[in-house]
This record gives sequence, C-alpha cells and structure tokens, in this order.
Amino acid sequence: MATTTTTVPGAGPISGSRSFLSKLREGDEIARLFTFLFAASVVLLTVLLVYELWIGSSLPRHKFGFNFFRTSVWDPIFDQFGALPFIYGTTATAVVSLVIAVPLGIGAAIFLAELAPARLSDTLEFFIDLLAAVPSVIYGLLGVFIVIPLMRDYIQPALKKSLGFLPLFQGPTYGFGILTAGMVLAIMVIPYIISVSREVLLSVPRDQREAALSLGATRWESTWKVVVPFARGGIMGAIFLALARALGETIAVAMVIGNQPIIRASLFSSGYSIAAIIANELTEAVSNLHYQSLIELGLVLFLLTFILNGLARLLIVATSQRGAGMGNA
Amino acid sequence: MNSRLRWRKFVSNFMLTMTGVCAVVSVSVLFFILGYLVYHGGTSISWNFFTRLPVPVGETGGGMANAILGSAKLLLLATLIGVPIGFLGAIYLAEFSGGTTAFVVRYAADLLNGVPSIVIGIFAYALVVLPFKHFSTLSGGFALGLMMIPITLRSTEQFLRSVPNALREASMALGASKWRTIASVIVPAAYRGILTAILLAFARVAGETAPLLFTAFGNQFWSQGWNQPTASLPTMIYAYALSPYDDWHRQAWAGGLVLLGLILIINIVARAILSRGIAVPRT
Repeated sequence: MATTTTTVPGAGPISGSRSFLSKLREGDEIARLFTFLFAASVVLLTVLLVYELWIGSSLPRHKFGFNFFRTSVWDPIFDQFGALPFIYGTTATAVVSLVIAVPLGIGAAIFLAELAPARLSDTLEFFIDLLAAVPSVIYGLLGVFIVIPLMRDYIQPALKKSLGFLPLFQGPTYGFGILTAGMVLAIMVIPYIISVSREVLLSVPRDQREAALSLGATRWESTWKVVVPFARGGIMGAIFLALARALGETIAVAMVIGNQPIIRASLFSSGYSIAAIIANELTEAVSNLHYQSLIELGLVLFLLTFILNGLARLLIVATSQRGAGMGNA
Repeated sequence: MNSRLRWRKFVSNFMLTMTGVCAVVSVSVLFFILGYLVYHGGTSISWNFFTRLPVPVGETGGGMANAILGSAKLLLLATLIGVPIGFLGAIYLAEFSGGTTAFVVRYAADLLNGVPSIVIGIFAYALVVLPFKHFSTLSGGFALGLMMIPITLRSTEQFLRSVPNALREASMALGASKWRTIASVIVPAAYRGILTAILLAFARVAGETAPLLFTAFGNQFWSQGWNQPTASLPTMIYAYALSPYDDWHRQAWAGGLVLLGLILIINIVARAILSRGIAVPRT
C-alpha cells in the first residue's frame, strides 16, 4: 500500500479527492453544506438587523449625539428630537409593572414549586403557559375596555384618597396613563416570572430543604431563608427577562398609555413609550431625520433588551447548574 | 418560647397561604380574559363576521373576512420562511456542527429571539418595504417568518439532541450515510417534538401586531395580491379597539375571541402532541 503511493506521483491528492467524492456521492457533504446555508442565514439576518439599525440611525447620532437622550423636545416640524420623555415612559411603566409582578410572580412560583402537589403544579403551569401565549393586542383590548374604566372609576380615586399626599398619586384621573400601562404590563410579564422562577426553584437540591427542616425551621423558613436565597440568581434572571419583555412591549402599552410625550411626577399622567412612538410615527415620518430618530429609538430598545436577555440567560444557567452540581454531589 | 414557636408557625402558614393566593390570582387572569372575550365577543360574533368585508361607519353587519384571509396568507408566508430555516438550521446545529460555528448560530438565534417585535418591524420596513416603495403581504410575512426562526430553531435542536446516540450509532453501523440516518432515523424519532416546536412558533407569531403595522399595514378591502397591503386580524383589532364607534368595538371583541381561540387551541394541541410521549425512550 505504502509503496504504491510512493511510486505513483500525485496519488495522495487523488486518493484524497476520491474519498471526498465518495462522501459527496453518499450525500453527507451536500447535506452538511445545505443545512449550513440555512444555519448561516440566521447569523446573516441577525447581523443585517444590527447593521440596518446602526446605519439607519446615523443622522440623529451625528446631529444630536448624546443630547438625544437628554432633551425632551420631540418636534418633527422643527426637526428637534429628544428621547427623554419616551425613555422616561418606558422606564416608568416597566418599574410599575415589576413592582406589581415580582411579588405576585415569585409568590406564585414558590407555591407551584414548593407546596403544590406535582399534578396540581403541572396543571397550573399549563394555564400559566397559555397565559403567556395570549397576544398583546388582546391585553390591549382588555386594557382599553376593562382596565381603563376600572382605574378611572375605582382604583385611581382610591389611591388618590389614601396615598394622595405623594406626588406620584396626584392630578386628574383619566384612567389611562403610566400607572395603567404598568398594570397591563404586569399582567403580561407575570407568566414569564412564574415559569422561569418555578424551574429555578425546582432545580434547588432536595438536601437544602431537608437540612433546614431538620434544624427545626418551619416550612416557610426553609423556603424563604434557604431555598429562595439558593435560587436568587435564577430569580433575578427571571426578573430581567420580564423587564426585557416589558421594555419592548408595544401594542398593549400604546393602547393604554395615553401617547403624550410629557414627563410628570404623577403616575396618573399620560406618557409615551419608546415602542409606542415607533409604532405610531414610523410610517408617517415627515423627514429623514424624523425617520432616523425613530430608528435610533429602536436601536436603544434593541441594546437594552440585548443586555437584559444576556444577563438573564447567564444567571439562569449558572443557578440551575449550581443546583445540578450540588444534587449530584 | 412556646408563644414564639406558635408565632413562627403562624407566619409559616400565613405566608404559604399567601403564595397560594398569588398563584390563584395569576391563573385566574387567564379565565378573566377568556370570560370577558367570550362574553363580549360571543354576542358580536356571527356568520357575517367570517364572510363579509368591513362596512363603513354607520352601517352594521360587516365582518372581517379580509382580515382572516390576510392573516392566513401572512402566516403561510411566515411558515414558509421560518420553518425551513429553523428546521434545517437545527439539523445543522444538532448533527453536523461543532464548537464555534454552533455557538455563533445559537447566539444569533437567541439574540434574534429577544429582539422586541417592534424592532423586527423596523427591520422588515427598512429591508423590504422601503426598496419596493409600498406595504405588502410579502413584507409582513417576512417579518413574522423572521420571528418564527429562532423559536423553531432552538426547540427543534433540543428535540433532535434528545434522540439517544444509540439510534445514530445503530443506523451508521448498518452502513447508512449520515444524511440517511438523519432523514430516516433521527428526524422521525423526534418528529413529535419538532411538530410541537413549529406549532408553538406559529401560535406565537399569529397574534403579533407590532411588526405588521409597518409591513402588511392594513386594508379595508380584499388584498389585491401578495405585493399589496393586506388586513390582518391583530392590526384590525388594534385599529377597531381604538376607534370611537360602538359597532367597531363589537367587531374588535369578536376578532379578539377568534384570534385568542385560534392561538389557545394551537397551544393546547401542541402540548397534547408532546405529552403523548416522546417517541423514543431516553437512555
């Protein structure tokens, strides 16, 4: 074998190409290349998306620079664009939603992971998954016809009466506004917090609970002082995921926030979110600068969700691995 | 001492009850949503809703037939874009690639999955609508398809990976080439999971509104072709809910009921397919 190859010049490449050919005949190389093209197109599309956002927003980036984020005048007629009201609206609604959704979501996740029998837990989780599948326009619809009247007639007057000394709960109560948008968002992100937190809590090793109980802790003490701290990272991850969802949510927010680019101390006041202004103005942009400013807002949204999602994934993976590692030990 | 223990037990029972309350409150939201939609939508839904075009304000009895057809067309396009890329990409990730390439593809897919739908809308607008200079069904389908890709890709990959290696080795040992092994052993073994992944991705984009605002746009009439703007259920519900007319509000409720019913049914079917067991026992 070895002598043949040394006497025939060029045998190496020939035998090499023959094996390549035979592989080609069997189709493996073609299949590999074919599927690779599809996998590569995912990367290509993602890169293209970032590129379009970056290139598409070059005008306002150069013209306004960092002032884009510090000024609050949004005037398409005079080509003045400042993003502050939208950043405020997006942040304020997201904070309100987390204040409501985090305690509720984590409480429910603790119930599902620690207390409920497996069958009940799975059934409830099934409903939670369905809740996560409800499209945002449905939340918007219910927000407009159910939540807004409810807020206007009952909740906002009650808040004004009891907490009206705080600037947060002053001013006229129209029903729509930052607080209402935050509440609708809270309902939308709760399923995400519950699902992810439940997974993380379930990955906490059994020994942790048993050790706490055997030291005389009550059920709640073992849960709250041992299990939850163990899963803290993953629960933070769940909250970051929910935050990313809340920041990027468009339709439901646009339907209930009031769509006015103003910044007021009161949560009853109207506002405007980044996603909502893009939805309302992109197709009606009066100038190139206006259009590109909206794209820059899109870029901001993209970067925020990118960072939050990345952090969330790291935290969740780290926590479940920690659980798995200890469980095996 | 005894009173302290009693206090601790009381706190424990109280807090655990509260977690139960949290769970009940969270889950009951689903039933509130369903209840309201059935109550408001059920009274406004009629045969006309499915067969008639929208009518101008003042007339009663119109429907959303064009929006239903529009949504069907958009979802067909989205499936044609999202499923092949997601499915074949997942085969590459699970069966062919190693290390770096797989990492890059997965990273890109996860990134794409986290992009807010409104930003996907901007992208489709800049990439497809602006060059052709008008809104179109195609651009809407592109936007929705783009959203389907990462969901299909990542879950299909997971289901392919859960097929035991013994099956791969057995097939190769019988002399089958790699692609034959994939086509006749691995994919059939994982088909339930793959079907579930595709259905869930479909249900996820079926209700998307934001990316359609700049792409498929909307239309009060039948769409004139793939290259023309089209109505769709979500954008129609959005527009009608914000209108000042009672009759349009009723239409919005009816549309919401149809849309939510469709999405929940697909979700339930997808989960039912999966819960009938993964075809191959894990080893």
